[in-house]
Amino acid sequence: MSSIYRTLSGGTLRDIALACLAVWFIGLSYGAIAVASGFPLWVPAAQSVLVLAGASEFLFIGIVAAGGNPLAAAAAGLLVNARHLAYGLALPDGVTGPGLARRLLGSHLMNDESVVFALAQEDLPRKRAAYWACGLGVLLCWPAGAVLGALIGSVITDTGAFGLDAMFPAVILALIAPALRDRRLSRAAVTGAVIALAATPFLPPGLPELLALLALLTIRKTT
Amino acid sequence: MKDPTLFAVGLITLSAGTFAFRLAGPVLRQRISFPPWAERLLETAAVILLAALVVTTGLTEGHHLAGLARPAGVCVGGVLAWRKAPFLVVVLAAAATTAVLRLLGIP
Repeated sequence: MSSIYRTLSGGTLRDIALACLAVWFIGLSYGAIAVASGFPLWVPAAQSVLVLAGASEFLFIGIVAAGGNPLAAAAAGLLVNARHLAYGLALPDGVTGPGLARRLLGSHLMNDESVVFALAQEDLPRKRAAYWACGLGVLLCWPAGAVLGALIGSVITDTGAFGLDAMFPAVILALIAPALRDRRLSRAAVTGAVIALAATPFLPPGLPELLALLALLTIRKTT
Repeated sequence: MKDPTLFAVGLITLSAGTFAFRLAGPVLRQRISFPPWAERLLETAAVILLAALVVTTGLTEGHHLAGLARPAGVCVGGVLAWRKAPFLVVVLAAAATTAVLRLLGIP
């Protein structure tokens, strides 16, 4: 870590630490929600390490908890995570390598935060340092938050009384709020939400969310 | 989790698929060029999926509309998120609103 410390400025390190703290807190709510939805502790624990992509994990447990098919839930989660393909193409070569071990671990550390911090740096050594510092920070904070949240969540028995069922949609809403400021995105999101809501009385759980993707057809092609 | 095997298969599919997406970018980088419209399409699809999830989990219960307490809590969270309140405030305010309404006897 000493090379990361030397390469990055104090301000960047502080920002990365704050981002990791936010990830820790989202992890806390994720673990609590997973347990409140009826999953055992190992589910958020294993997912937080193996998937390591918050929004898709929320989506997965949300669909399964509502009675949806786990394979449909995985498909929905993978659609959300397809953006990592674009991230990997946007990262300069040399951030995740060299060598197989660094390529594999470095790829697993790819997430919204680590990519954003890497792209904000000027040269390759700094991009590399920011990417790994943030990626490793998230790898520690996300599972740690999830496990602690699950432990807290399993102590609370009456989740309805504490309004925990409102936390899950609020978390997702907070995560997509910045994207909704884009008019094109917000229009598509509202259309998709209306489709899902209209389909809920008729379709099994999990499918209304996938059907919402029909909203993609309403987007006019703009360059 | 009615079927633990199916659940495990779903979890492993999500994990392995996500890792494949992450690994594919750096590996393919020098070989193909990724058009910007495809990138935007992926982003839009992700936002649509998540927005649909907000509505189905926030407003409905099974095949019906949920009571009043949870949608009200989610709305409070949404307004705070829109006004750029910190994440912690958004989530706790949503839960607190729902809890208080239920305390008052509103389902």
